[in-house]
Amino acid sequence: MAFSEGNLADHLGALSYSEEQIELMDVATNFCRDRSPIDKVRKLIEDEHGYDPAVWQEIVDLGWLGIAVPEAQGGVGLSMAEVAPIAEQMGRRLLATPFATCTIAAQALLAAGDEAQCAEWLPRIVAGEVATLALTEPHGDWDLGHVEATAKASGDGYVLSGTKQFVVYAQHAALVIASVTVEGAVRLALIERSAIPDSALRREIIIDETKRSYELTLDGITIPASALLDAGRSGTALTQIELASALLQAAEMCGGTQSAIDYTIEYLKTRKQFGKLIGEYQALKHPITNAYVGYEKARSHMLSAAHNFGQQGVGEIAVRMAKASADKAYSFAADRAVQFHGGFGFTHDCDAGLYRRSAIWHASQYGDAAWHRAKLADLLF
Amino acid sequence: MSSRPTPAELADYEAQADAWFRENTPKDPGFMLPLTFMEVSTDQQFDFLCAWQRKVYEAGYLGASWPVEYGGGGLHPDFQRIATKVMKKYDGPIMLNAIGIGWAGPLIMDIGSEEEKKKYIKGMLNAEDIWCQGFSEPENGSDLGNAQLKAVRDGDEYVLNGSKIWTSLGDRAKYMILLARTSNEGPNKYAGLSFFLSPMHAPGIETRRIKKLTGEYGFVQCFFTDARIPAECLMGNEGDGWQIAMKTLEYERGAKVNLAGGYFLKELDAMGVVELARQSQRGGKPLLDDPVMKDRMVDFMMDIQALNLNNQRRRMGPLVQDRPMGLALMNKLARTEMIRELTEFSLSFQGTRGGYYVDDPCAVDNGYWHRSYLNSFSATIGGGTSEIQRNIIAEHVLGLPKGR
Ligand SMILES: Cc1cc2nc3c(=O)[nH]c(=O)nc-3n(C[C@H](O)[C@H](O)[C@H](O)COP(=O)(O)OP(=O)(O)OC[C@H]3O[C@@H](n4cnc5c(N)ncnc54)[C@H](O)[C@@H]3O)c2cc1C
Repeated sequence: MAFSEGNLADHLGALSYSEEQIELMDVATNFCRDRSPIDKVRKLIEDEHGYDPAVWQEIVDLGWLGIAVPEAQGGVGLSMAEVAPIAEQMGRRLLATPFATCTIAAQALLAAGDEAQCAEWLPRIVAGEVATLALTEPHGDWDLGHVEATAKASGDGYVLSGTKQFVVYAQHAALVIASVTVEGAVRLALIERSAIPDSALRREIIIDETKRSYELTLDGITIPASALLDAGRSGTALTQIELASALLQAAEMCGGTQSAIDYTIEYLKTRKQFGKLIGEYQALKHPITNAYVGYEKARSHMLSAAHNFGQQGVGEIAVRMAKASADKAYSFAADRAVQFHGGFGFTHDCDAGLYRRSAIWHASQYGDAAWHRAKLADLLF
Repeated sequence: MSSRPTPAELADYEAQADAWFRENTPKDPGFMLPLTFMEVSTDQQFDFLCAWQRKVYEAGYLGASWPVEYGGGGLHPDFQRIATKVMKKYDGPIMLNAIGIGWAGPLIMDIGSEEEKKKYIKGMLNAEDIWCQGFSEPENGSDLGNAQLKAVRDGDEYVLNGSKIWTSLGDRAKYMILLARTSNEGPNKYAGLSFFLSPMHAPGIETRRIKKLTGEYGFVQCFFTDARIPAECLMGNEGDGWQIAMKTLEYERGAKVNLAGGYFLKELDAMGVVELARQSQRGGKPLLDDPVMKDRMVDFMMDIQALNLNNQRRRMGPLVQDRPMGLALMNKLARTEMIRELTEFSLSFQGTRGGYYVDDPCAVDNGYWHRSYLNSFSATIGGGTSEIQRNIIAEHVLGLPKGR
């Protein structure tokens, strides 16, 4: 895209919202607040399963997994724009479920699945069966096209090999969508959980303790030929996955940023030192204000990304800006949250740490701010 | 106020405005135009901007939503919003009489008397009467409530003594919105303040131009020595000054929609900065090839886009539920700081030529970038410094305690 004249902003996406989005925002705000009070978040950290199946079932019953799935496949037929406000509220309350991975898996199917694959999996995902992605490899590259895992033809199927990391909620997944190379070309493969032996999964210790993630050893796993997604559309699918992930992460991060700021403000308004509320000191007041300004900017980017998501070009710019600015805003707000809680901030009991760890987690998955800015430079200049 | 227009009416109006601004927006006048009303320095700039404002007003695109009986267009505010949007689209020059149409005007429309509306509004809109603001004093800037210029009632007149400083357009203005002290009694320093719509051309009022950081002129110090102004210049009652001043600051800081329309601070052309980076050389290559520079530039583009989106979002109720005033109150802070940082960044592109300044034949763009950077402080200091803005956001939006 080339901007020849005038103000940059004229060439970028504008902001708007849908009635459905606002409705979902309201419902999600109350739902996530009620279902995910912070003591529950902390209890689930100790829990092997990692999320509350009853809450998951409620989410399924609310129809949230089908929001961006066409009606023909059992979905609601809206778009990612309407999913974003839900992710935002989940991030705000640190409500952990496989909501994001299921949503993204559905997007991947829609981008590159054939009729049979979509008909098989989309209704099951909408009905609450967990799906997840296996894209990352030990080299740690955010470039989703950098794939070393392979699928080799064998009989009427394929034998896989390689290692995938950060396969979120793999233990509970019915479906894992993995990237592999087939004769040098990157493809996406649908792996049913039943084809994955327990020994192939290792629970990873990850920075965000509210989530569950696994390393998956593909060696020896076999899939039928019908489990490969369309070869011609795998590039598109990877882009769709990257952008959908970035949008949902940006939303989740905005919610988390909001909480980190609110949580810190509460402390600044109650903690006294030298006979004053610490919130009177500008050394704290100004940085928290800067954090707030950063949050509102990130939220505007996120809402614009949601609104422009499907638009060629404009959508990608908006989404990358959203993830990059959410990363910056969340990191800063959560970092100051730790500092401004003093000694307590350094403890595991202080929620500031939960937000700081969550921000690091999000930066580590699907690209941090600098990565997305580098992509943006190519798109903008 | 007239009823809400239909989308079709608005579209019609937009097409009209579009045609008008396309046709009438002046091309490069051949001298440097100011980015803000605070930068108006030469007669040439002043005359040009007065003429432009008058023309926009006469075409109906300024004060469009103010009542006809005071000189306005009597239309619904949505029309004015559109006119302003189109004005910006064509990158027209700024409205010079910012203090008049931007703050004094809305104030008079809100709480002024019938006589005040009749007397002042039209002259503001057509740029016949330029207004200035006498708030800051040599000893009291951020601490505005401590203003000391004395106003003592004497029959039908007030007698003024003291000094105001940093008065933008002070040497060009016909009227001043003036914050003065009418009493030293009262429970606190704010209680003794009063607000005047004061003439500037009265015996005993003198101005002295102050040379700015940029080397230009633009603001003055005003001296009041037994200056007499009519008692009806008092706005509201004695002692109301602080509340009224705060109201004008709401307009000034962008917390309220400026009802007359137009705009007073020009957007920096972001693509111009990109272009500059593209044309600048480092090690024989375009500067924009340098990944570090590129990265910083993207960061600025994101910031600019965020501020534009914020501006759109602040009018969308459901998207600002949590802290409805947040976006409005941060607008000035975020935008002015961004412009300061971006113009500073642009100086680094110029290599050795960064050493030149305005009017040297070798200066890049005749020193535009240097001048813009130096001038950018006008907006991070004027109208309440960025530090004070942060206090305001912290206290009024985030609910943090006031510092003592
Ligand atoms: C270009 C320009 C045009 C102007 N035009 C006008 C005009 O038309 N009319 C008018 O009345 N005034 C005008 N001003 C004045 C402007 O409003 C004041 O300069 C401003 O309010 C700051 O006051 P001061 O200059 O006295 O600085 P000070 O108040 O002395 O501030 C000095 C420094 O201390 C900081 N500071 C002060 N108090 C606090 C605090 N409580 N917390 C944290 N930091 C603090 C400030 O941020 C600043 O960095 C203009 C100023 C400029 C630069």
